[in-house]
Amino acid sequence: MFGSFEHLTLQQYWWIILSLLAGLLVFMMFVQGGQTLLRTLARDEEEKGLMINSLGRKWELGFTTLVLFGGAFFAAFPLFYATSFGGAYFVWMAILYCFVLQAVSYEFRRKPGNLLGAGTYETFLLINGSIGVILIGTAVGTLFSGAAFSLNEYNLSQWQNDLRGLEAAFNLFNVSLGLAVFFLGRMLGAMYFMNNIDHQGIRERGRKSVLINTILFLPFFLIFAVWLLLRDGYAYDPLSGVVFLESYKYLKNFLAMPVVLVMFLAGVLLVLYSVFITVFKKSLSGIWFGGPGAVLVVMSLFLNLGLNNTAFYPSYYDLQSSLTIVNSSASHYTLTVMSYVSLVVPVVLGYIILAWRAMDRKKITAEEISQNKEAY
Amino acid sequence: MELATGIGYVDWSRLQFAVTAMFHFIFVPLTLGLAFIVAIMETIYVKTGDEYWKMVTKFWMKLFAINFVVGISTGLIMEFQFGTNWSNYSWLVGDIFGAPLAVEGIVAFFLEATFFAVMFFGWDKVRQGTHLFATWMVAIGSNLSALWILIANGWMQYPVGSHFNPDTARNEMLNFWEILFSPVAITKFLHTVASGYVVAALFVVGISAWYLLKKRDVQFAKRSMAIGAAFGLMMSIFLAMSGDESGYEIAQKQPMKLAAMEGLYDGERQAGVVALGMLTPGKRPGDDRDPFLFDIHIPYALSFMGYRDVNAFVPGINDLVYGNSTEGIESASTLIERGKTAQSALASYKQAQDNGDFVAAARYRALVEQNAPYIGYGYLENPTDIVPPVALTFYSFRVMVGLGVFFIALFAGIFFFLRRGTIEDKPWFLRLCVFSIPLGFIAAQAGWLVAEIGRQPWAIQDLLPVQAAATSIGAGAVQITFWLFVLLFIIFFIAGLRVMLQQIVIGPQGGK
Repeated sequence: MFGSFEHLTLQQYWWIILSLLAGLLVFMMFVQGGQTLLRTLARDEEEKGLMINSLGRKWELGFTTLVLFGGAFFAAFPLFYATSFGGAYFVWMAILYCFVLQAVSYEFRRKPGNLLGAGTYETFLLINGSIGVILIGTAVGTLFSGAAFSLNEYNLSQWQNDLRGLEAAFNLFNVSLGLAVFFLGRMLGAMYFMNNIDHQGIRERGRKSVLINTILFLPFFLIFAVWLLLRDGYAYDPLSGVVFLESYKYLKNFLAMPVVLVMFLAGVLLVLYSVFITVFKKSLSGIWFGGPGAVLVVMSLFLNLGLNNTAFYPSYYDLQSSLTIVNSSASHYTLTVMSYVSLVVPVVLGYIILAWRAMDRKKITAEEISQNKEAY
Repeated sequence: MELATGIGYVDWSRLQFAVTAMFHFIFVPLTLGLAFIVAIMETIYVKTGDEYWKMVTKFWMKLFAINFVVGISTGLIMEFQFGTNWSNYSWLVGDIFGAPLAVEGIVAFFLEATFFAVMFFGWDKVRQGTHLFATWMVAIGSNLSALWILIANGWMQYPVGSHFNPDTARNEMLNFWEILFSPVAITKFLHTVASGYVVAALFVVGISAWYLLKKRDVQFAKRSMAIGAAFGLMMSIFLAMSGDESGYEIAQKQPMKLAAMEGLYDGERQAGVVALGMLTPGKRPGDDRDPFLFDIHIPYALSFMGYRDVNAFVPGINDLVYGNSTEGIESASTLIERGKTAQSALASYKQAQDNGDFVAAARYRALVEQNAPYIGYGYLENPTDIVPPVALTFYSFRVMVGLGVFFIALFAGIFFFLRRGTIEDKPWFLRLCVFSIPLGFIAAQAGWLVAEIGRQPWAIQDLLPVQAAATSIGAGAVQITFWLFVLLFIIFFIAGLRVMLQQIVIGPQGGK
């Protein structure tokens, strides 16, 4: 089946999968957002314990999605893997350090003999949820704003900035995206707590937190979104492969791909709706609208970025070194094999949903945590 | 093909990767084995309905979790380090290497991650059968992830199912099944997971022995020990068998690694295995010093192990470096010549294409394809560059094998004393069991040293040496991240060890 598809079709198919993974990854960042709310929402140790245990049953999924996102990029667009990770070395390393801290922090925090004390592990969770998330958002911003690399005739890359990726943090556009993702994570985190923990105080404070973080989220998101629609984009000629700057490229992409535009708008509306019902209708189901809304927004942004003859990893140092889904991809054969493997994804999503539902049928309560010796 | 090839940053990147991989592999073998041991224990609990077995299961599960989290944290670092520090590698072989990593994510990691939460927190939330299913899924998931990463590693040792494409100037996949069912990958997988099972079995019997020494939780310790010893004995025998198969594969596919493992400089027929020996320090290929200060050989064994024929010729380091026309072995200089031919023909091919000279392009293309299997040699300068660090490979191999034999004897001993019911009266033997816990880890690390040091200078055998695979980056940058990782690993190690020891002291009954 897949083997008979054009190479370009497979490249597009894999870009769509990566876009979906990016969306799911941002959805799962409610865990990171929640980690930054521990001190805000909890009044005492017991409440904090409830929140950490609530997150502690979900963090693996986000972590695994991150791993898969990396693996899928490696397999489908290896030139991006090589160019960006090797080039923007310090940014990716910083992100790695922030994420490595996460797993041990849940497991070690309350265990006797943990060397650093519970407070340090909570700080690790805070670092993961704040710096880690902001850096990921900032790094993703460079997919639109460009990076400083060049490729030689054999596609081997050279980074042209001594900051090795950290320079991205000095660009307001990139940082706006980073902060928008950060506050979105906190909005989703608060909604998740409200849904998952049976505790009056946390639910009330969560509601307030959703409102505050939405107010903080909106300006950064608007800066990013408006700037994106107005800025020049990196387009390429599908016949010659020549990359050039085109004004209003990303706006034009939305107009050229109405489905993507609808996804984007629907996603934004879903997120706003989730805030509305949480804050004004006292609903506990916000996460079920906000989460999918985030998936749609992020996915549509990635689709905009990689499809319609757009360079998804542009180089402002050397325009013709910019990466597109065509020039950075794996071979036709590899994409075909990987496409067959991708058919397993619905099965994976299926058992994740089943396990999630089975585990969350009963909401987390203080009694459960105090009785359970396995609790974090 | 022009590449920046300094010494500093390549070696720092190698060191960083080595430290990460070795640290990662402290936790992985225990995860691989303990997952199954826990699953077996829970199965007994479900079958018998005996609450005591539930306690046994929960205790080992807790230790599993402490170990598991450090394993997955460091796994994430490994994945991204391919990109950050080996970016040329990522492009030149990403078409092949990326696929198993992605498959690993899709089919293995989500199994582990999803059912890990159910296994730990689902005792009172899901039905008993569902819980048991989740525990087995974690065990299968973690072992499946080992399968995929070892397929990737197996391909690096023996790159099948792929070819060099002159148009993209990279290696591309031709046959997924060949990569998946590569004999090197399969034996590597079996040998590695078996080593994990043995490490975990040693861990379980060692800790149980400690309880017996302390005369506490005696019933618990004996039950655990019986499971650990049965599992361990079976697996350590299997480990030896799969090790023998690995040796055979190495002889066929990586003769230089085999020569280094045995300190064999001049190839011979009816070659023996060095049971015990000390290498002559400073011995170089081509000099006429005796390779050994002293050695005890088992005659014929190497020829038989490597070729299943006692009269087979086993090439030595000198044969592989300088060639051996009688045995039809090409010298490294010939291969370097061919590698350089492939590389310059590739440049000419591109040039000819740019000039629209398609006749010349076709000629150069043929020349590239003819010499592509040796293209990696083109990056080397001296024939002796193909020789790995012999001493490290040689001694690591002996440590691994020696310990492996010891483990079989140990498990057999435990079995013997358990059956006679006298194990509690043998404090010396119990102490030996406790002392053997770290030996399992040492053996596993030594095995990886043989596998990875023994194949230097190659990142991909014959296709890509490490210096051409690395990201071009300042040595200073890698030093910064290297030391940060070292700091992090030390903290994780001490914290993990202390948390684990505390849990052991607290014991299965929560400190009673």
